[in-house]
Amino acid sequence: MYKVKVTVTLRKTILDPQGKTVEHSLHSLGYTGISGTRIGKYIEFFIEADSEDKVKLTADEACKKLLSNPVMEDYTFIIEKV
Amino acid sequence: MSQAKVGIVVFPGSNCDHDAYFVFKDILKVDTKFLWHKEGNIEDRNIIILPGGFSYGDYLRCGAIASFSNILKDITSFAKKGGIVIGICNGFQVLCETGLLPGVLLRNDNLKFVCKTVSLKVENNKSIFTYKYGVKEDINIPVAHGEGNYYCEENVLQELIAKNQILFSYNDNPNGSIHNIAGIQNESRNILGMMPHPERASDIKLGNTDGLRLLQGVVESII
Repeated sequence: MYKVKVTVTLRKTILDPQGKTVEHSLHSLGYTGISGTRIGKYIEFFIEADSEDKVKLTADEACKKLLSNPVMEDYTFIIEKV
Repeated sequence: MSQAKVGIVVFPGSNCDHDAYFVFKDILKVDTKFLWHKEGNIEDRNIIILPGGFSYGDYLRCGAIASFSNILKDITSFAKKGGIVIGICNGFQVLCETGLLPGVLLRNDNLKFVCKTVSLKVENNKSIFTYKYGVKEDINIPVAHGEGNYYCEENVLQELIAKNQILFSYNDNPNGSIHNIAGIQNESRNILGMMPHPERASDIKLGNTDGLRLLQGVVESII
């Protein structure tokens, strides 16, 4: 059994007004060194498979098909054996 | 009488389905039916409406889950054969997620849900959706959305412009959409996606019928 942790974020070229607003708030709290704040989504799930390669394949397909929209989002994921 | 047979797709969370039904059935007096998404069958319908609302609660991304429903497979093959499909608001989002229209609807740039009547410009009146309007005519249609900020890559935008696919643009952009886009058609000109709600501006009793000519035009295009 493997656990997959997916992070989906807006593509770099797309303005993220939520991230901007949060960053502004961080700055007003005094964290002035913070930059490039982006808000994304975190999705986790388990996969039953006999190898990590297969998990990678399935997770990648799921990200492309449903979990992210390539027109506006990028995704990354990490796999853990559990 | 028009041979139009309108099918209004209903997903869990659709909430403008009855408004659309009322306009087609009671104002335009055409054969109109609801189509529950699970049936995956559009029967004898020749106009398909993907109505506004929040299909599947906008979970994951607006329109994303609906775009994988059974009925969308049927609608996709119907559309590929030239069938008329209109996606309004959430319906537009579903069409983009399905890939029947290019681009995507992002969160409004001001992060606010915008609910008001806006002024639109009819950019192209040579389509089955807009032939009853004058070219560059200004019309007033209500919008109600939190994610109506149309976005596409620069090369896609250039194509939309070159192929006259932009049908409606905002005179005063309420959501930050690229090129002030409010509604587009596909390259084959049988699919329309728009954020504003023409069905909410179709009954004289509500004081504004600027949207009726769109829906009436489509109905009358079916002979």
